[in-house]
Amino acid sequence: MHPVLPFTIAALLFGIGVYGVIVRRNAVLLLMAVELLLNAVNLVLVTADATIRSMVPHGGQSFALFVIVLAAAEIGVGLALILQLYRLRRSVDVEDLPLTEQPAGPAAEASPEPDPEVAR
Amino acid sequence: MTAADVLLVALGAVAVGAGLLVVTTRHVVRAGLWLVVTLGAVAGLYLVLSAELLAWVQVLLYVGAVVVLLLFAVMLTRAPIGASDDLDRVRWPGALVGAGAAAGLGVLFIDAFHWSRVGLPEPGTAEAIGGAVFRTWVLPFELVSVLLLAALVGAIVVSRPDVSAGSGPRPGGRGR
Repeated sequence: MHPVLPFTIAALLFGIGVYGVIVRRNAVLLLMAVELLLNAVNLVLVTADATIRSMVPHGGQSFALFVIVLAAAEIGVGLALILQLYRLRRSVDVEDLPLTEQPAGPAAEASPEPDPEVAR
Repeated sequence: MTAADVLLVALGAVAVGAGLLVVTTRHVVRAGLWLVVTLGAVAGLYLVLSAELLAWVQVLLYVGAVVVLLLFAVMLTRAPIGASDDLDRVRWPGALVGAGAAAGLGVLFIDAFHWSRVGLPEPGTAEAIGGAVFRTWVLPFELVSVLLLAALVGAIVVSRPDVSAGSGPRPGGRGR
C-alpha cells in the first residue's frame, strides 16, 4: 500500500470541506461541509496509524474514534442552535445574521405571534 | 499498484467526487444524500486501511445518525425542495482558499511520503481497538463521555422553546 494515496485523498477532501464552509450560505449545508472536514482529518489519522509504527498500538484509530464522537456531539448542538435560529428568524441563512444587534430586538420583531405550524 | 492501491484510488475517487457534489449541488436534500455516498466511501477506505471497527462505527454513527439528523434539520427548517440559486455566496474566494488548502496539504504529504510503500498493519478489530482505548486512552475516553453528556444537556437547553433571546417564557407559549 502506498500511503501517499489516502493522504492525498484526505487533502482533497479537506480542501472541498474548506470550500463548502466558506461558500455555503445555508447553515445546514455548512454543517455538512464541516462533516467533510472532520472526515478528512479522520482519514489522515487512520492512514497515519497504518503507516507509522508507534510505541502505542492503534493510537491513530483510537483518536479517530474520539473525533467521531466529538463530531456527533458537535452535530447535536449545532442542529439545536440552527433550529432555534430558524424559530427566531424563519431563516437559516448565515448572511442574515446580524452579530452586533441587541439580543432582545430580533425575537420581538421577527416573531410577533407564534406560528402554530412551526411550533411543533 | 497492488489490489489495495486500486481499491484506495477507486474509493477515493468516489469520495472526492461525491464530496464535490455535496458542496456544489443546488438541491439541499441531494447534498445530504451525496454526503451519504462520501461517508460510505470513506468507510470503505477505512476497511482497506484495515481499520475494521472504525469502518463500522463510521457507517453506524455517520451514515446512520449524523445524516439522519442533518436531513431532519433540512426538513424542519423548511428547505426548498427544488433547486435554489441562492445557496452560495461568491464562489472564487472559497475556491481559492479551498484549492490552496488542498494543494498545501497535498504537497506536504507527497513531500513527506513520496512513493514509499508500507505493509498493511494488523487489522484494527474491536478487540485491538478496545484494548488500546481501555488501556492507553482511558482518561480521554472518560473525558469524552463527560463531553457527550454536556453536549446533550446543552442541546436540550438551547432547543427549549421558552428560552429565546432573553424574553422569558411566553404566554400561550410555543412549547410542545
